[in-house]
Amino acid sequence: MEHALYAQSGGLRRRRRVNRAVELTSTVAAVLAVAVLLLVVGSVLLKGLGALSIHFLTTPTALFGEEGGGISNAIIGTAIVVALAAAMAIPVGLLVAIYTTEFAPPRIGNPVRFVLDVLNGVPTIVTGIFVYGLLVAGRQQSGYAAAVALAIIMLPIVARTAQEVLALVPATLKEAAHALGIAHWRTTMRVTLPTAAGGLLTGALVAVARVAGETAPLILLCSIFAPGNLTDPREGLATIPIFIFQASESPSPTAHTEAWAAALVLIAFVLVLNLVARAFYARSRQRMEG
Amino acid sequence: MTQIAEQAQQPSQKIPVRAPRPQGPRRERGNVELQALHAWYGANHAVRGVSLGFDAGRVTAIIGPSGCGKSTMVRCINRMHEETASGRAEGEVLLDGIDLYDPAIDVVGVRRLVGMVFQKPNPFPTMSVIDNVTAGLRLTGADKDEVEDRGREALVEAGLWEEVSGRLKAPGTGLSGGQQQRLCIARALAVEPEVLLMDEPCSALDPVATLRIEELIAELKERVTIVIVTHNMQQAARVADTTAFMLSGELVEVGLTEKLFTNPDDDRTEQYVTGKFG
Repeated sequence: MEHALYAQSGGLRRRRRVNRAVELTSTVAAVLAVAVLLLVVGSVLLKGLGALSIHFLTTPTALFGEEGGGISNAIIGTAIVVALAAAMAIPVGLLVAIYTTEFAPPRIGNPVRFVLDVLNGVPTIVTGIFVYGLLVAGRQQSGYAAAVALAIIMLPIVARTAQEVLALVPATLKEAAHALGIAHWRTTMRVTLPTAAGGLLTGALVAVARVAGETAPLILLCSIFAPGNLTDPREGLATIPIFIFQASESPSPTAHTEAWAAALVLIAFVLVLNLVARAFYARSRQRMEG
Repeated sequence: MTQIAEQAQQPSQKIPVRAPRPQGPRRERGNVELQALHAWYGANHAVRGVSLGFDAGRVTAIIGPSGCGKSTMVRCINRMHEETASGRAEGEVLLDGIDLYDPAIDVVGVRRLVGMVFQKPNPFPTMSVIDNVTAGLRLTGADKDEVEDRGREALVEAGLWEEVSGRLKAPGTGLSGGQQQRLCIARALAVEPEVLLMDEPCSALDPVATLRIEELIAELKERVTIVIVTHNMQQAARVADTTAFMLSGELVEVGLTEKLFTNPDDDRTEQYVTGKFG
């Protein structure tokens, strides 16, 4: 008295096999991705931790041929260059996003979106050469030039994430504001932007994390600097990526260890930024989903 | 003023359907008249030539099956249909004789006189209870300190004061669903509109919260003309003095609520109110 439901057809066995195979391969891929990150972080920790010290973080790079220097000048330089880039890219990126999501008709908004995606795909060395021709050729390398290049790289990241976040703000909130007789620009400033604030901050932090380790344009724009210049962006500034690049090119094993230590500092900075960004995003989502 | 005077001298060709009025005092302001109103969303002709009056001091319910154009018709009164890129309306919407579609009239002014409450409670999530209530005043230029008293009054009017007086600075989204909807009603009342449009205001609420809103509607009708869209015929019977039945974008029948539900003139109305379709 076997019920038809108990019958084991060949089709069922095949379905189960395929199901298991797909599950297994996708799991392996996921494990692989995590493993790569762990390997990178692990090897940087292993090789860099030995050279990491308060002295290393608070002393400027040693002059050529000397040893025992640190990366304080590179940390300050990266902070200045990235801050200048953020100051240029974040306001412009937010305004672009506000324009395309809140004001522009779709026939303008969609092409702007596409252009931003293309800009996001431009190799950063190309951006570097462009800024080199614009600001450095015939003059000198400078922190400003580096900041302009990083700002160009940040702009599409800030604008695109802000667009996505602004699109998540419920239309019912804007409708409620309009129904109260609140003008559209005011609705945008006082209702839409505050509701999306967490997500907007997330996009900005992700963009900062993305450019903090950017190296290619810096090689062209900001890799020649006087050891004495700590803070003047009108001239070349030391930066962490350039320190890593130059130290790893050096024949000295001490310099190699210092390169790893600098890489550790950079990776820790990026990791912390990403974690903070995630936290803001989680809070913002909660708010928008009510 | 001249417009109103002209209107009196030259009565419009299109006489709106007006239901026989129950006896009682009438407010002078807040009378709405739709004259041959048509509305489109893209190619969709959602409202087809509706002429209808909403009297001050009365509650008018709009009933009809889903997609019959009742929400669209109501959104044309405060020009919310313009928020949709493809939305378009023709005909006249008169508030106390003034054409709200007159190019000289700013849409922001229209919405200050014709408030709206939506299906789902939608308090601003970044604002406190009191800031939500006063948002319409603060964000249209009024000073923050001056508007707080008006905000408190509006909370009293919306029957919410006793429940929230101890947590005016708490987030508006922390209230229960029914309280949030009354907060939205208070927010709409705070700007002192002549007309309050309610688009299925109880569809997201439980029966107890629904009852509270219905009681509130009865209390508010002396103060503000109320137009309520509802898919719930029992609700229309409970709250409305006048009920209008719409079908496929057209106004089928309008009359005193009791008559429309017990002895309608049109067969389609009878079929709808007896549950034969919709």
